[in-house]
Amino acid sequence: MRSYRFRKLEDRIMISLAYAALIIALIPLASILIETVGRGLSAMSFNLFFEEIPPLGQSGGGIGPAIQGTLIVVALASVMGIPIGVFSGIYLAESRQSRLASVARFLNDVLTNVPSIVLGIFGWALIVVAIGWSVIAGAIALAIMMIPIVTRTTEEAIKLVPSTIREAAIALGVPQWKTTLTVVLSSAKKGIATGILLAVARISGETAPLLLTILGSRFWFSGFAQPTAALPLAIFNFSQSPFRTVDLPRAWGASLILIFIVLAINIAVRYYTREKYG
Amino acid sequence: MSYKIETQNLSAWFGSKQVLQDITMKIKGNVVTAIIGPSGCGKTTLIRCLNRMHELTPRAKVTGKVLLDGEDIYGENVDPVTVRRRIGMVFQKPNPFPMMSIYDNVAAGLKLNGIVDKHRLDKIVEKSLKAAHLWDEVKLELGKSGASLSGGQQQRLCIARALAIEPEVILMDEPTSALDPTAAAKIEQLIRILAEDYTVVIVTHNMQQAARVSDFTAFLYLGKLVEYGSTKDIFENPKSELTEKYITGEFG
Amino acid sequence: MTQHEKSQNFLSKIKTNHKKRFSGDSVFRTIILLIACNIFIILGLIIFKITQGAWLSIQTYGIKFLWGTTWQPFPPEPTAPPSFGALPLVWGTLTTSAIALLLGVPISLGIALALSEFTPKSFNYVISFFVELLAAIPSVIYGLWGIFILIPFLQNNVYPHLQATLGFLPFFQGTIRGSSVLTGGIVLAIMIIPTVSAISRDVFAAVPNSQREAIIALGATRWEKARIVMSYGRSGVIGAIMLGLGRAIGETMAITMVIGNSFNMFTSLFEPGSTLASIIANEFTEASSPPVYISALMEVGLILFALAIAVNASARLVIWRSMRKTKEAEML
Repeated sequence: MRSYRFRKLEDRIMISLAYAALIIALIPLASILIETVGRGLSAMSFNLFFEEIPPLGQSGGGIGPAIQGTLIVVALASVMGIPIGVFSGIYLAESRQSRLASVARFLNDVLTNVPSIVLGIFGWALIVVAIGWSVIAGAIALAIMMIPIVTRTTEEAIKLVPSTIREAAIALGVPQWKTTLTVVLSSAKKGIATGILLAVARISGETAPLLLTILGSRFWFSGFAQPTAALPLAIFNFSQSPFRTVDLPRAWGASLILIFIVLAINIAVRYYTREKYG
Repeated sequence: MSYKIETQNLSAWFGSKQVLQDITMKIKGNVVTAIIGPSGCGKTTLIRCLNRMHELTPRAKVTGKVLLDGEDIYGENVDPVTVRRRIGMVFQKPNPFPMMSIYDNVAAGLKLNGIVDKHRLDKIVEKSLKAAHLWDEVKLELGKSGASLSGGQQQRLCIARALAIEPEVILMDEPTSALDPTAAAKIEQLIRILAEDYTVVIVTHNMQQAARVSDFTAFLYLGKLVEYGSTKDIFENPKSELTEKYITGEFG
Repeated sequence: MTQHEKSQNFLSKIKTNHKKRFSGDSVFRTIILLIACNIFIILGLIIFKITQGAWLSIQTYGIKFLWGTTWQPFPPEPTAPPSFGALPLVWGTLTTSAIALLLGVPISLGIALALSEFTPKSFNYVISFFVELLAAIPSVIYGLWGIFILIPFLQNNVYPHLQATLGFLPFFQGTIRGSSVLTGGIVLAIMIIPTVSAISRDVFAAVPNSQREAIIALGATRWEKARIVMSYGRSGVIGAIMLGLGRAIGETMAITMVIGNSFNMFTSLFEPGSTLASIIANEFTEASSPPVYISALMEVGLILFALAIAVNASARLVIWRSMRKTKEAEML
């Protein structure tokens, strides 16, 4: 039998290792945040937000079209993805017993795990081949990323609505579909909003599908059937530039803006839902 | 006196499990009828069959008839939604809509049924809250969340919500089981008063409550109607040995 | 039931069905059902479109595509046909994912155990928030950080020591390159930590308290208690690791930016390489001709899709089974 002293020592060591793991995981996070904020802030200027993107290696200009492009593509993807996701989520939550719904639920999980670059290829094959590199192709690829996330969180949020709430409305002589669309949906709106926000944050930072669909551009938005710029693409292009002194600060500036958008959404969601854990 | 509700050979199932067997009983209008019995005897199922809530449970099944003023609510051309507008329900646990104000809770049924006339809503909300004996306690804070009220107040809010759609019958499924004795006493008083205008059917596991509030009592055991009669008879002079055992507290 | 009753029953069923078809409920149900069908349509379209695009390559190279080791869209000899094979890409994907698991899983399990067994509850909230932030950072920013902060650090402070101590192994021989398979694996390790740790934590949290109490009553230390928790949640943890693997396989941007992008059947981890995902990101937009080039890239996409789906689907299955087991145990 192992001695008590040995067990005590082992206990100490293993617990220290577990805490060490926590710290090791937080080092990259801290490093990324510190470097992005530090290097990004020194690249900040008024022009950065409002000027067109210069060719690689040329000084001046900004990343205005990338900010604009990200907003447009994400907005368009949301307009397509959110309603489809929410209604699919309602369907899954309302048809818990049905065989079809469980297949749909499984495939929805599968869709969540399709690598984003594969969605890029899909957007390319579906749209780009037909009309060329375009905002619409990128938005479709991102919408497909959004749909399974929104579907899942909507389903979970609706399942959390107590059945007593639903029954109370039905007992008042409200038809079931109306009960779902009013009482149930408004009880679940917090959870659904959380899912939507997280999905938006997720697609805002996506690069791979955009690379194969909206291609990137140095100029302002010029139509839904045209290529456009986006923040993640701009970061990627700057990072590949041979002219590091000119282009790197722009990459960090764009990263700071992107990280700000993404983290702001995440922190807002956390703040908004905190009493759930408190 | 006419019969408001009449069940004929009413049976109910969850999946393959039968929970009600051939219940035939006539419920009078403008009285309080209590349904008592040990837990699991089917009393909640019975009351949920009376406004077609039972069928909402997956794999639930009902056979037999339930006549409301002589018309079968399970009839072919009957929309369960209209049935539920005529037969209101109050649940075991107070379940106000948590994201709505007190006012909106009471008005919910009307609004969802398409009534938006503000003046008319105001009047009905006030009338319903008064009928539920809640008006004086909340009239200054109708905009507050319904969830901010105490348990007893919440339950009276739910009663007001049910009254607002002007039903003819009110079903109550153990309405005081989640409340403290003082709050429960208020609800019991209210039930007596409601019986002047409505037909009340109440499920309770509390025999004293049944004795205090009801005019008629039905005793259910293992899904069967064992005995049904005036409350006085059931409690003082039960015909069935089973009823007597239950009432004297030998089981349940 | 007599024949007559049966037919009566049947008739009444038809009648109610007929009536229901026109009620608001069934209209609503039909609409949301149709919308929910998007899931089937999207997945079907993805498989169809990509297979269609890859068809030329599948026909040209057949099954040999899987173990071919050349990638020559423009062969040095102008008359020779282009040739493509995916083995070095599969090798790159599997190796970087393996490194990611090797480094990322112990750290993730440490985090999960710390959060579920050791740290105080109030502290948990803050820590899990930070770990979730790690998951929220866009992949391209990991890549940028990888190129300009992680690579210089590893190249100067870690890799030389690694070669000095483990240089006898073939994986750590040769010239040290910053943009290499090993760096790719390390970045992936960081990126899978949030996934693996969050799911493992949930698995550990679902272990019934009676298990903990039982072992503590036997005089166990905290670590011995944690071991019971881990062994109880074993299959769920395996599922979590497989989900991490799924994420590593599909990860594109960060790895494209740090792996060096060379089509290379490497032996040393200090060599540059490519993965299934990275070659698509790196070459797709420039692969306009010959047509078989883009088709080969789409076939790579198809392999990636199949691999990711297979790994993720089995992960879900394992997690689902383990959760069901835990639930059943709670009911007993």
